[in-house]
Amino acid sequence: MIGSQYIKLVDTGSIPGGIHPEQHKIESNSSPITTLPLPTTLWLPLAMHLGTPAETTVQIGDRVLKGELIAAAKGLVSANIHAPTSGTIQAIEPHAFAHESGFVQPAIALDSDGLDQWRMLEPWSDWRSRGIEAVIERIRLGGVTGLGGAGFPTDVKYRNSQAVIHTLLINAAECEPYITADDRLMRERADDILRGATICQWLLGAKTILIGIEDNKPEAIAAFRAAAEQLQVPIELAIVPTKYPSGGEKQLIQLVLGAEVPQGGLPSDLGIVCQNVGTLAQVYRTVELDEPLISRVTTVTGAAVSQPGNYQVLIGTPIEVLLAHAGVQMAKADRVIMGGPMMGFVVPDLLAPVVKSTNCLLVPTKKELPPALPDNPCIRCGLCEQACPVSLLPQQMLWSAKNRQLDSALLHSLNDCIECGACAYVCPSRIPLVQYYRYAKGEIRQENEENVSAERARVRFENRQKRLDREQVEKEAKRQSRAAAAAKALAAKTAAEGKAGSETNALIAATLERVAAKKIATNTGPVGLSLSELAAVAQASQEKFAKAAGRLTEAETNAPEMVAALKKATGKLEEKYLSSEAAYQTALAAVEIAAADTPKS
Amino acid sequence: MISAVLTLLLLAAIFGGLLGFAAIRFKPEGNPIVDDIDNLLPQTQCGQCGHPGCRPYATAIAAGEAINKCPPGGEATISALADLLDVEALPLDAEHGVEAIRTVAVIREAECIGCTKCIQACPVDAILGAAKLMHTVIAAECTGCDLCVEPCPVDCIDMVPVATTLRAWHVDKPGALIATDKPPAPNASHKSAA
Repeated sequence: MIGSQYIKLVDTGSIPGGIHPEQHKIESNSSPITTLPLPTTLWLPLAMHLGTPAETTVQIGDRVLKGELIAAAKGLVSANIHAPTSGTIQAIEPHAFAHESGFVQPAIALDSDGLDQWRMLEPWSDWRSRGIEAVIERIRLGGVTGLGGAGFPTDVKYRNSQAVIHTLLINAAECEPYITADDRLMRERADDILRGATICQWLLGAKTILIGIEDNKPEAIAAFRAAAEQLQVPIELAIVPTKYPSGGEKQLIQLVLGAEVPQGGLPSDLGIVCQNVGTLAQVYRTVELDEPLISRVTTVTGAAVSQPGNYQVLIGTPIEVLLAHAGVQMAKADRVIMGGPMMGFVVPDLLAPVVKSTNCLLVPTKKELPPALPDNPCIRCGLCEQACPVSLLPQQMLWSAKNRQLDSALLHSLNDCIECGACAYVCPSRIPLVQYYRYAKGEIRQENEENVSAERARVRFENRQKRLDREQVEKEAKRQSRAAAAAKALAAKTAAEGKAGSETNALIAATLERVAAKKIATNTGPVGLSLSELAAVAQASQEKFAKAAGRLTEAETNAPEMVAALKKATGKLEEKYLSSEAAYQTALAAVEIAAADTPKS
Repeated sequence: MISAVLTLLLLAAIFGGLLGFAAIRFKPEGNPIVDDIDNLLPQTQCGQCGHPGCRPYATAIAAGEAINKCPPGGEATISALADLLDVEALPLDAEHGVEAIRTVAVIREAECIGCTKCIQACPVDAILGAAKLMHTVIAAECTGCDLCVEPCPVDCIDMVPVATTLRAWHVDKPGALIATDKPPAPNASHKSAA
């Protein structure tokens, strides 16, 4: 086989740091992939891929065939979800979901009818003649997402028309301990993988298919060689030394091509598209055979599993069903980890289903993977810095994260951390470094989101303020124009009346005259006095007059010399009394007239 | 001697002229410190500080008002403002309210009578509706300021806590417990460094 015209071995570079944990691959990679019997109920979470959750296209009670669309992708980065078997839609409701948060997520429950009846399939043996767009669309319709772990919708990688791609890099490293799903897939279906790779190479217009594989998988390498010969597909093989985390996308690129993906960049910036072996096999099945992504290979392993191995599992199979089939002794098991021991997480609820990105379920005993012990203070040994495959300063980032100094964490390139866990693995103080980084990353993301929404609120507030000001100005302008119009109308009216109504004017003048006359009549006598006051004045002058008259009669008898003077005075008083009495009477009469007039007016 | 003095005078005149020109020509619009302060405030526009919005409060802070009157911003905003203005970070003034979890207004739509009072009260135009027609809150734009609750004549607006979604969730900071804080285990089978 060596020296074949189809296979070319390429030299590999190296990555900084990395660790060599115990492999534990042999437990699960020695038996062939077995197909799980059909489960009775499947739960398909709508948010199982990266990006926007899909939207249901079925109703409860609908009968669907295997491979029929049940939830459609929404937006650019999203993926379709298909019925993994034929049956009836039993429920669409929140259900347990394999995520650290333990949140329930909307999911579709499909009751299997046991027939496993396919929908009408339309295989394309001549996909080359269908055109690139049609093939990419078929991948999208098939709901294909990356099967390596992140669950990124595959078609998006082929829609980037700006970048010129020279290499399709097949990620076959599978560096995390315990996981052997890709290893078994390569041994058994290397031809499917290469067929898928041919499709992707054609889509990208890439010159080479480069396989990056760790040297602990000789059987898989042999399978690739045989498949390449058989299919007559030229491939390049980059056999890298076994080291964790050489299977990280950016690490593998650095290993096999010696170039680093720029900060914040994508592999396509280097002319590379990296694809997991499982994804490529699925691309083949989707494009050529018209089978959407409805099942995957999942490793079930760990010391608590009596039959560790790889299983072809329908997406949506409850984890506990898979574990029961693999013979997990739950009494021995400490916890169930989805993913590997380095980057996996503890499944909070075993009712949660297997999703498109579930590559491994690890069920260790307490002795095998002891639960985390409390950490000791950092002793600044620097081992983490030597282990970091991205050449970061884990210690510095730890201080920043611990004290929530997010700016300083960013300054130390926290966002370039791939969360591989190598630093925490080597830490002699057992500090959960990655958990600190993920906390800090989450805080940064949250803060950014808050800033964005605050900015939006600020703009909305300012716009509203401007609008209110404008409305105020408009209102004022309107009011003024209305006032001007009213004044004009009044003036016009007065002018019109002046011309037409001389009779009315005469009437008004007569009325005014009458009122004035009445006023004069009322005001005779002491000016400005009221009726009662007038009466009092009249009374007082009458008394004075009576007194003076009395004195006059007295003087006529006692003092005749005084009579003349007294007569004069009494005459004056009599005059005063008569005038005041007259004034009172007039006023009284005026009041009576007024009283009589009131009801009329 | 004279020439040196003249030279210095000339230089002083030139630079003075330059500075004077720059001061007029490149005068910044508005008060830049107000913008800086405004950027740190949470933009809830709730008015709990006693000002009709975040920007008015930013203007007031620039004029010397206390920095601890913003309950939605809480300690984080106060310390950021203290950093910016180089003043002491005070504890939150309880007079203006306490730091609470983020909420969003929800109108019980069956009870809404369509009076538009809440629409007029909303500082960020996050309520949609028209007279005698049902109103609804645009949850993504709601700042949780509470200002729409009081004007509602039928009390049909609830402030509900914002639920954490799967995408917004992130791991908590690992516990502060370290090995030396832990009481000795009764059956310590492993040889602990402590």
